[in-house]
Amino acid sequence: MNPIKLAAAALALAASFQASAAEVEPLRVGALLAVTGPAAFLGAPEARTLEMLVEALNAKGGVGGRKVELLVKDTGGSPEKAISFAKQLIEEHGVFAIIGPATSGESIAVKQIAQEAKTLLLSCAAAEVITTPVLPYVFKVAPKDSYAAEMIFRQMQKMGVKRVGLLSSNTGFGKAGKEQVEKLAPAHGIEIAASEVYDKAATDLTAEVTKLKAAGVQAILNWSIEPAQAIVIKNARQIGLTVPIFQSHGFANVQYAKAAGAAGEGVMFPASRVVVAETLAAADRQRPVVQAYKQAYEARYKEDVSTFGGHAHDALGILVRAVGEAGLDREKVRKAIEGMQGYVGTAGVFNFSPTDHNGLAIDAFEMLTVKDGKFVQLGR
Amino acid sequence: METGLLLQYLVAGLTYGTIYAVVGVGFNIIYNTTGIINFAQGEFVMLGGMSAVTLHAFLPLPLAIAGAVLLTMLVGVLVELLFIRWLGRPTVLRMIIITIGVSILIREAALVGWGESVRALPYFTGDEVSSLSLGGVHVSPQVLWSLATCLFIVAFLWVFFQRTPVGRQMRACASNREAAALCGVPVKNLVTLSFALSAGIGALAGCVVSPITYTSYGVGGGLAIKGFTVAILGGLGNSTAAVAAGFVVGVLEAFSVSLLPAAYKDAISVAILLAILFVRPSGLFGSAELARLEARG
Repeated sequence: MNPIKLAAAALALAASFQASAAEVEPLRVGALLAVTGPAAFLGAPEARTLEMLVEALNAKGGVGGRKVELLVKDTGGSPEKAISFAKQLIEEHGVFAIIGPATSGESIAVKQIAQEAKTLLLSCAAAEVITTPVLPYVFKVAPKDSYAAEMIFRQMQKMGVKRVGLLSSNTGFGKAGKEQVEKLAPAHGIEIAASEVYDKAATDLTAEVTKLKAAGVQAILNWSIEPAQAIVIKNARQIGLTVPIFQSHGFANVQYAKAAGAAGEGVMFPASRVVVAETLAAADRQRPVVQAYKQAYEARYKEDVSTFGGHAHDALGILVRAVGEAGLDREKVRKAIEGMQGYVGTAGVFNFSPTDHNGLAIDAFEMLTVKDGKFVQLGR
Repeated sequence: METGLLLQYLVAGLTYGTIYAVVGVGFNIIYNTTGIINFAQGEFVMLGGMSAVTLHAFLPLPLAIAGAVLLTMLVGVLVELLFIRWLGRPTVLRMIIITIGVSILIREAALVGWGESVRALPYFTGDEVSSLSLGGVHVSPQVLWSLATCLFIVAFLWVFFQRTPVGRQMRACASNREAAALCGVPVKNLVTLSFALSAGIGALAGCVVSPITYTSYGVGGGLAIKGFTVAILGGLGNSTAAVAAGFVVGVLEAFSVSLLPAAYKDAISVAILLAILFVRPSGLFGSAELARLEARG
């Protein structure tokens, strides 16, 4: 073979290599999560979940032969950092999609950036305004605040509660929840007899619960994500206020039930089924999904699973399924998610549509209660 | 307002007050011997609570607390040896920046070591729901424990500073460092001791209040601000006054909740601080004359 032919053959060979390399371009996924800071108990399990699932996925050969590359950025829960990391992920790393942020404030801050860059954003936060109005490239996998409030009011009606004392923390989550509760209460014939907002770093709330006691409330509803939600319960019981206590879906980390100890018994709150994985009925559609996730997570990280890590599980699962169907074409993947029906995740069964980028119905929530320091389904 | 409710707010105030007071006392001890405000004081409280929870996994409660106090004292000593001792005559600003740096260092180390989760020691007596009924007022036994600890700390410090030779030497340091050094008082070692002492007191407080307030790697900052407020309010350097100021702020905060939305609670304590400092710049219990002399000297 003469040298020229040899060079041509080598070039052809190189070209074919490049072609095959282009075929298996990796799926680059960015994650904006509050791994440290005040929202760390949301972001940290989410980051751990992604790390675990991406590893497992790549060990099985990735998505349709594509490896998944994960880039986690710790936002510390700050919207400003979330914005600059979002830009970095999009412009510098050219990620295909972003999972997170973990908190509502951060999600609201970055959604427009993702939309303008036509980069999919799968938020793990609760606030309704993230996907209302709908932005084509913005989705969210955590259930809505209004559904949580609705579930709580239904339970209150069943118990004949009419006068409620509302406590909430001065965070995005607390404020959004307070608005929903105040908006939805009249329709259920429930009066908010007293409403108190406390600081997110509060360490004792005896004075606040004393005020509720003075107002003669029939139940307490607390809406926050901080350790204060366990403090509220203890303080109420210590001053001899024995009325039923309701919490938001922010209570769905068994750490808080443990922290409240004996006082936490009987607290009621709405949450997705992942935290009661063992006790789900055999016929429950979510049972295999949540049990597999729970076992893998708890075996690896030696800590209790929470609904928050579950959101990261669902976001990655939805993305992987859509990429598996549509390849690395952003518009096609976006359409694939919009058309996705019956995706069974940890938070519930997702049915997306062009007008519903959350996909979860109210049945994603179940009323739970604390029994012997564990979460169980209410009335079971 | 009915009496029962009134007393209930008072008890809530005393609970806040004890926590503020003990942190404020820690500020004072170091201020007295060194003239600096140690902004890592809140981290000592956090370290005490967190290490006691960890030790409690292997040890009975009293030993776990003792161990946590000793460990935190060791950290206090290390902080002094590594960051403070070798500085010749540092400016106040430099010291503030150093102690803030130390507080960030301890906090981040705690985050790496313990993670972000929230912990607490069990209640010393009874559990989360038990409360003593005193004339229609409900009090958690843990509140009585922390009140007793606070009083014990104050009594201990009084005896230590007034009745022991080392305590006298520390007071000598406080009133005039150079004169004390000339009289043969080992000033540098006393500074180390003051860090150990305030770390130990902070840690003890951290253990006693942890069943009430919980503890996590990040609680130090907030505690330091409240403790600092109380130390200033009482008059810097006066531990008994800091305790009194702690109770004043705690009770006012609790009653403010009965009249105003709870969100204003922190604003109330800062407003009180500002108001009192306008009228009495040397603090509630400080001597105005002394403050003037110090300012001149």
